Amino acid sequence: MSDKKNGLVKPEDAEFDYSAGLAKVDADKFADPGIEPHRVRMTDKSVKHEKAAARQVAGLFLFSIASSIFAIWAYFGIKVYSFDLNSIRSNVLFLGLGIAFGMLGIGIGAVHWAKTLMPDAEVSEARHQTRGSEETRAAAIEVINLANEESGFSRRKLIRRSLYGALALFPIPGLVIFRDLGPNPGDSLKHTMWAPGLKLMRDPSGTPIKATDVQVGTVFHVIPEGLAELGQSEATYDEMIAQKSKAAVLLVRVDPAILMEAPERKDWSYQGIVAYSKICTHVGCPVALYEQQTHHLLCPCHQSTFDLADACKVIFGPASRPLPQLPITVDKDGYLIARSDFTEPVGPSFWDRKA
Amino acid sequence: MKQNLKNARRSPWSAIAVILAGLILTGSGFAAATASTSAASESPYTAGQVEQGHKLFLSNCASCHGKNAEGTANGPSLYGVGAASVLFQVETGRMPGAISGPQLEVKPVQFKQPEIDAMAAWVASLAPGPAAPTAAYLAQKGDASRGGQIFRINCAMCHNAVGAGGALTGGKYAPALTNTSAAHIYEAMITGPQNMPVFSNSDLTLADKTDIITYLQAVQTNPSIGGFDLGNLGPVVEGLFMWIFMLGGLVLITMWLGAKSN
Repeated sequence: MSDKKNGLVKPEDAEFDYSAGLAKVDADKFADPGIEPHRVRMTDKSVKHEKAAARQVAGLFLFSIASSIFAIWAYFGIKVYSFDLNSIRSNVLFLGLGIAFGMLGIGIGAVHWAKTLMPDAEVSEARHQTRGSEETRAAAIEVINLANEESGFSRRKLIRRSLYGALALFPIPGLVIFRDLGPNPGDSLKHTMWAPGLKLMRDPSGTPIKATDVQVGTVFHVIPEGLAELGQSEATYDEMIAQKSKAAVLLVRVDPAILMEAPERKDWSYQGIVAYSKICTHVGCPVALYEQQTHHLLCPCHQSTFDLADACKVIFGPASRPLPQLPITVDKDGYLIARSDFTEPVGPSFWDRKA
Repeated sequence: MKQNLKNARRSPWSAIAVILAGLILTGSGFAAATASTSAASESPYTAGQVEQGHKLFLSNCASCHGKNAEGTANGPSLYGVGAASVLFQVETGRMPGAISGPQLEVKPVQFKQPEIDAMAAWVASLAPGPAAPTAAYLAQKGDASRGGQIFRINCAMCHNAVGAGGALTGGKYAPALTNTSAAHIYEAMITGPQNMPVFSNSDLTLADKTDIITYLQAVQTNPSIGGFDLGNLGPVVEGLFMWIFMLGGLVLITMWLGAKSN
């Protein structure tokens, strides 16, 4: 009996048995709609349509035959000349198209055949019982027991235990190769090739840049002194790539009046010439889309935008930190040189980067 | 006579004479060379062109750039922008600008070539600036592969690796370079129009510029080995094509497979 007054239903009056954690589904919630009524196809009603469908299926198979022959012709007929990419492209393209249409013709023909000409009466077929009969189950247990007895798996402790050991050790090599994820890179993510006195060089020529070469509005793509030389020898080429991926710098000259420099960075620029890391602090793409009128630097990957005049602070996009600035000055000959390495790690955040 | 010559050669004066002769030769040669280069950098325009250009400027440009090209709130000063800047902006139809927007658009050229040259002459007469390129830099006889390397480092982030163009911030964009003439590519590099940075000759040397121009012309005629290039716009366009046409096609095939025959 339900307590109508305060809307509560006593458990014994409930329609369902409640149990901890298991919902009970009402078996008769939805009536089985049964098989939908049979629709007679055009091919069953008219001989004309049936013949047309038969011709279409045969036509698809003939198309497949033609395509396969075409593929063979393409292989032999389209000559491949070394270093002529066009001839290689044509050969591979038409061979592939021939094979593809050869398979597609068979597939579409078979489906079309089944759909239009084969019997389409709806039938329902009940699934067989998942649980085996008692005899089958008893027989299976008997087989297992027999196997145990004949192999001596329970009896022969040495064999059994050594097998357990083998099985336990077998996955270990798979874990060991994760060692390739390491070792930790140490300090290499925190420092670049830049060092006090290193000249700023043009990328890729590796020629030094005089401050007087840099007009207002000009952009120079810069690498550290000595990097271009690394690229000239095969032995150090990989090292060059690794260093360049950290040390690439964008050098821009703007009107010094628009530079908003923090007091401690006053001597990091030289008469409006500023140098910033080209590696985006978001995921490390090269940020080099410089707009000279707005002095915005745009990263092409995810549209992070940095204001070059305001210490490359992020003004839009997913980057969370300003681009690191490379402190620069000029040497006695007027060439631009680095005052030091970057004062913070360049590029995206990593696990033990501070802040 | 022969004996005299021999004696003269041994004389201590002969060394001085030879040095003097050498000095005079190199000196006058250098003078001739510098004279010819300074003649080349001297205005190639006539006084008549300068005068015509001034009139054209006053009637067409002064409202934004100021009566003396000193610049106003609506347009920059034209002192020192040089003939190259005028030729680039006017010959591509960017100038005179139609409306103020994020970026000046390319549109049909508004002036006849002699008028453009006259305006370039007048602007060039105001202050020294980049001149029009000479034919040698535009002949596309450079090293296309080196040009490609320089282009990828300096230009490709905005203009795309094969010059198909790309988007910038706030509605601005780097235009496609597929139909840009060699002279306009050169002039854009040397003057840095609108938001493009300047690539002066101390940044990209004349040889670099020639190589870049050669590369850009070479990629235009380079056949697309991979077939349909979808405008060379890169992975976004290619991905979109796959999503719409390939996945769409697969969906249609699946629907056909499941549909009953009519």
